[in-house]
Amino acid sequence: MRSEKMFIVSHAPFWHNGSNVAERHYGMLLAAMPAVALGIVQYGLPAVAVIAMSISTAIFWEWLMNRITKRTITVGDGNAALLGLLFAMLIPATTPWWVVITGTFIMMVIGKHIFGGIGSNPFHPVAVSVLILTVSWGAFFDFNGALVNYSFSFNALYPLGLAKNFGTAAVADFTPLNLLLGQQVGGLGTTFGLGLIGGGIYLMAKRYIRWEIVLSFLSGIFLTALMFHLAAPAQYADPLFHLLTGYTLVGAFFLLPEDSSSPVNTIPMLIYGAGAGMMTILIRNIGIYTDGVLLAVLLMNLVNPLLDNIRPKALGKVG
Amino acid sequence: MMNNAFSRPATAAIHYELLHQTPLGPQHVTSAGSATLFIEEKLERQSQIALKVGDAVQTGQKISPFADRPAYTISSVTGTVAAVRPMTGDFGKHYTAIDITVADAEVLAEGPGEMEPTLANLNEWLAGAPGKPPLNLFKATNHGIHTLVVAGVDADLLVATNQFIIKSEMHAVNRGIDILKEATGVSNVTIAVPRDLVQGFGHTGANELKAVAPEYPAANPKLIIYEAFGREIPAGKSCAEMGYAFFSAEAVASIGKAFDTGRIPLEKTVTLVDKNGRKTIISARIGTPIADVLAAHRIETGSKDRLIIGGPMTGFAIFDEQMPIQADTDAILVQDAADVSLVSDYPCINCGECVQACPTRVQVNMLVRFLEAGQYEDGANLYDLYSCVDCGLCSFVCVARIPIFQYIRLAKYELSRLTAAEASNA
Repeated sequence: MRSEKMFIVSHAPFWHNGSNVAERHYGMLLAAMPAVALGIVQYGLPAVAVIAMSISTAIFWEWLMNRITKRTITVGDGNAALLGLLFAMLIPATTPWWVVITGTFIMMVIGKHIFGGIGSNPFHPVAVSVLILTVSWGAFFDFNGALVNYSFSFNALYPLGLAKNFGTAAVADFTPLNLLLGQQVGGLGTTFGLGLIGGGIYLMAKRYIRWEIVLSFLSGIFLTALMFHLAAPAQYADPLFHLLTGYTLVGAFFLLPEDSSSPVNTIPMLIYGAGAGMMTILIRNIGIYTDGVLLAVLLMNLVNPLLDNIRPKALGKVG
Repeated sequence: MMNNAFSRPATAAIHYELLHQTPLGPQHVTSAGSATLFIEEKLERQSQIALKVGDAVQTGQKISPFADRPAYTISSVTGTVAAVRPMTGDFGKHYTAIDITVADAEVLAEGPGEMEPTLANLNEWLAGAPGKPPLNLFKATNHGIHTLVVAGVDADLLVATNQFIIKSEMHAVNRGIDILKEATGVSNVTIAVPRDLVQGFGHTGANELKAVAPEYPAANPKLIIYEAFGREIPAGKSCAEMGYAFFSAEAVASIGKAFDTGRIPLEKTVTLVDKNGRKTIISARIGTPIADVLAAHRIETGSKDRLIIGGPMTGFAIFDEQMPIQADTDAILVQDAADVSLVSDYPCINCGECVQACPTRVQVNMLVRFLEAGQYEDGANLYDLYSCVDCGLCSFVCVARIPIFQYIRLAKYELSRLTAAEASNA
């Protein structure tokens, strides 16, 4: 050692574009804020309680699993908080605390850490958890029943349920503008269309999510719903109604484009999004469930590794 | 590099910078007292060495220290030999370093004088000339080289050395091209220059001028072949194996000057980038310690700074300021401790940024999973390791800050060792 100075020696490149995982997740949290804010305004303190319980327990499970698997504590990367917030957004504001804790347990442990933690989950953890709970304790996730004690200035029946059971005429008073402004019941952070779209545009502009997935998903929904609507206008609601109700927008911006469970190549992204859109409408219109977004997300998550095999030929690849 | 996370634009293609219209002439740096010359040969025993400590050397003198090998270097200074020592470089490279204490008065040794433009003369004198001409490509009689490409562009960002040469020493470059044509028998010569400089090029000795796009990494040799010549270099092959020999503009200019003056050029042109990103084109004798260059330009370094030979994307960080300027040291980059970006052991989150950034369409997200697990052969067979052209963009954009480029270089190195071992056992 000739010199007292100790330089940092590392491998190239010596520049980085400055992005990091935590910033990405905090950006997504920020993008969800408008929709969450309207949920809090509409449902009051119970919504705050659900959100607080969901985020804090999600962080707790993350910490616990980090400890059990003897890994670095990754609570600070914002992923647990983001998943916690998304979980809260999808469920009714009146969900009991023990359902929330169970839900975040399923989400963090079964949905994420069993597969190896962040980046390794084949399915969106929130979709896994909400679906398991819906199948197990359906009563808590029936928006009409869950929100029966609230009085709203708008039609307080779940629009997708109305459309499914009573046809287009029953949802005539849900205008697109009302739906965009959150004049509908649903998950506490899923009803404010305008807020979700605003957040989604921010996410796409920052490239935290891929516009290819979002747009192909929304077009898939629009086109499939349009075909149903044109075939039987009285039975099947119009495509715009489908775009602005249920989990469509939250799915488009927060569930479907999740990093780990979505493709990275362009053509697979388009198939993935369009397939999910089509499945959503098929389930809504001819399946037994009122909303098909979560099932469609899981289904497309499942085929994602296959889809991502459709890839461009690398430079200089022979054969 | 870092700025506000919520307002920073999501992506920005990185562009090569053009030199200012009329570049400053190179600022000369002279060695303060010692010089170190490198020879790419492994030094196993001192008894191999014909050169002794205390031997006097003159400027421009050809030194062949090995008794049994033809490897040589041209002394860039006058002085006495202080030490001959072995050195190891990255990825198993071995050097022999010759330290010379510089004397006060410079004595010029006799140069080669007037030379015939033959390969033998080039090999005899210019293998270590500034810019490092890749003469070993012509060692075999059936070398298969059909095109010489003179790179008037620098493959890495910030580096402006060859751009500078092509703008300021075109005469020497043209002379060098004529000599190379005659010596190698290859008549097809192309000059690659930045697209914005193609206008205003007068007559050149080359048959063709190719424009290189301003977006990084368009000046990478394999991508120049792909974009400008419309040919794909098959994965795992080098440009030379496909018949393209890349010469840096500086190497060609060195050849031109050597044949013009009868003396071997000793001054290396270097792009010096200080901590504030300010760029200076300097010229220093080969062998000058980098510490002397930094001192001459009043660049202070401290602990936890990073000192880089080459550009910010593909250069090598060094640990010792006493490392000398070598024939292929195109840039010296000093990075302040505050600007040093570090890598992490965070797992891949599959965001796909690397796949979008990769100029060769490699599925980096999948490749890195194999490389992290040490499954280099699977990485090469299933996910196109050998299509990679070593540009470093994947690491640059990695959200999880995985040292992807390092994994790739390591994998290629490990696989090459494996292949070499298999070949020697066969």
